[in-house]
Amino acid sequence: MKITGKVIKYGDNVDTDVIIPARYLNSSDPKDLANHCMEDIDKTFVSRVQKGDIMVGGKNFGCGSSREHAPIAIKASGIACVIAKSFARIFYRNAINTGLAIVEYDGDIDEGDTVEVDFTNGKIVNLIQNKTGNFPPFPAFLQNIIEKGGLLSSLKE
Amino acid sequence: MKMTMTQKILAAHAGKAFVKADELIMAKLDLVLGNDVTSPVAINEYNKACINTIFDRSKIALVMDHFTPNKDIKAAEQTKQVRDWAREKEIVNFFDVGDMGVEHALLPEKGLVVSGDLVIGADSHTCTYGALGAFSTGVGSTDMAAGMAYGKAWFKVPRAIKFNLFGKLNKWVSGKDVILHIIGMIGVDGALYKSMEFCGEGVKRLTMDDRFTICNMAIEAGAKNGIFPVDEKTLAYVRAHSKREPKIFTADDDAEYEQVYDIDLSKIKPTVAFPHLPSNTKTFDQIGDISIDQVVIGSCTNGRYSDFEIAASILKGKKVNKDVRVIVIPSTQKIYLDMMESGLTKIFIESGCIVSTPTCGPCLGGHMGILAKGERCVATTNRNFVGRMGHPESEVYLASPAVASTSAIFGKITSPDAI
Ligand code: SF4
Repeated sequence: MKITGKVIKYGDNVDTDVIIPARYLNSSDPKDLANHCMEDIDKTFVSRVQKGDIMVGGKNFGCGSSREHAPIAIKASGIACVIAKSFARIFYRNAINTGLAIVEYDGDIDEGDTVEVDFTNGKIVNLIQNKTGNFPPFPAFLQNIIEKGGLLSSLKE
Repeated sequence: MKMTMTQKILAAHAGKAFVKADELIMAKLDLVLGNDVTSPVAINEYNKACINTIFDRSKIALVMDHFTPNKDIKAAEQTKQVRDWAREKEIVNFFDVGDMGVEHALLPEKGLVVSGDLVIGADSHTCTYGALGAFSTGVGSTDMAAGMAYGKAWFKVPRAIKFNLFGKLNKWVSGKDVILHIIGMIGVDGALYKSMEFCGEGVKRLTMDDRFTICNMAIEAGAKNGIFPVDEKTLAYVRAHSKREPKIFTADDDAEYEQVYDIDLSKIKPTVAFPHLPSNTKTFDQIGDISIDQVVIGSCTNGRYSDFEIAASILKGKKVNKDVRVIVIPSTQKIYLDMMESGLTKIFIESGCIVSTPTCGPCLGGHMGILAKGERCVATTNRNFVGRMGHPESEVYLASPAVASTSAIFGKITSPDAI
């Protein structure tokens, strides 16, 4: 699987309270959630995000609450993949369990770059900066969950 | 056998004699927890996957604590979804208005977690039960759905960091200051994916409530869990609250730790985490004049009886500053009742605080004390992220009940030494 998308970039420690503020957790409808995604740190996100864009973060992306509303909101906003230097662990497993593509990668990516992510070969190409890098593929155990279409269907078998 | 306490509990629940760090395992669960915010998502996932099984209806706890008593129509609708589902599935441990409390104070009090258990909860502060010598960790709603259906969850066996506690806490210094001090030292990702294992001779002088507070905030350092060894205090607590037999796991002498920190408890001072990260900590020699608009004493971090005892000892016979709203929220009905019977509630009300029914309420900016633009709050809660308690330009300062109640009197962030 390969995707190419334009980058929207944030810093370190993007927490789930800013990804989707708690005041909107009285709904679990992905569309409602997507309408308020990132609004406390970036009021322009909802209006400028395009389907297929790639969100880039720094260290500890998705820290804070366990709300699955966070990966759901990001996915429903149209983001195809999140790339970060590291992910907070609950966000990491929620993303896998809900089918939001995530990649741990430490290379140079700036706001507005266009980036190609090759999941099969664990390769990232920054088409604007002309730089290439690698990321470790998911272990077979998790690959299986992803391939079976998420945790519930993988356990059902 | 080279296993930490956490690794031993995981191994036992995975049916293995030995597990090692980074190994991926499937483990059996003793309890699956959800609240009124995360359970609706879990129920949706459960229904979507067309599952009908429930692994054990007595090993699921659903606690309606975040937006209850229902704060608005949407919250009412989603809580109703959980209520209906819990009734249909005959979930034994369903806690609604009237018998609910803030989940992480409620579950130990109800005896639903004992030493040696493996617990997942669709709430990040599920790590609180490490205080009991259990492995407990926060997960998402899909994990919760799978847990309710199959009684299993996947885990990556965590590496560990050891915190060797020694010495004795000074007056006005509590578990909250210990954990804020540690997070300030290692950072909000200082224990990312890892278990924080607390040990050393200082442990025995920490109360169970101190230990709950410390484990509660392990997630604020990015940890998978925090855990304390089981001692007499733990066993006395567990036996007083549960009929189930505790299981004691101890770390092997040759267990592997990525880092070891020695923490002298007698050197820890009252500590405050400034906006907007729990790691942004300062002690009073670094804190100037910071006026405040609100104080919240409560939450799964510091909403237990002993927290209110400390706060009341400071507020007794005094008035809170007229420009500060002080909101006191006992975490469970039992704590609420105990406070009434012992006279703490009277002390709070006479000093100008309000005392609320148990709820998460303002802790996550839900209801019952939302901040306006530019307002500042000293809270005994666990997160001070941007917009956590209201307007994105409001500020939350995390502190102990002693600091919070002293600040309430002076109208600015103040050390309890000022009393
Ligand atoms: S009191 Fe706050 S941190 Fe604790 S469970 Fe409730 S919202 Fe979460």
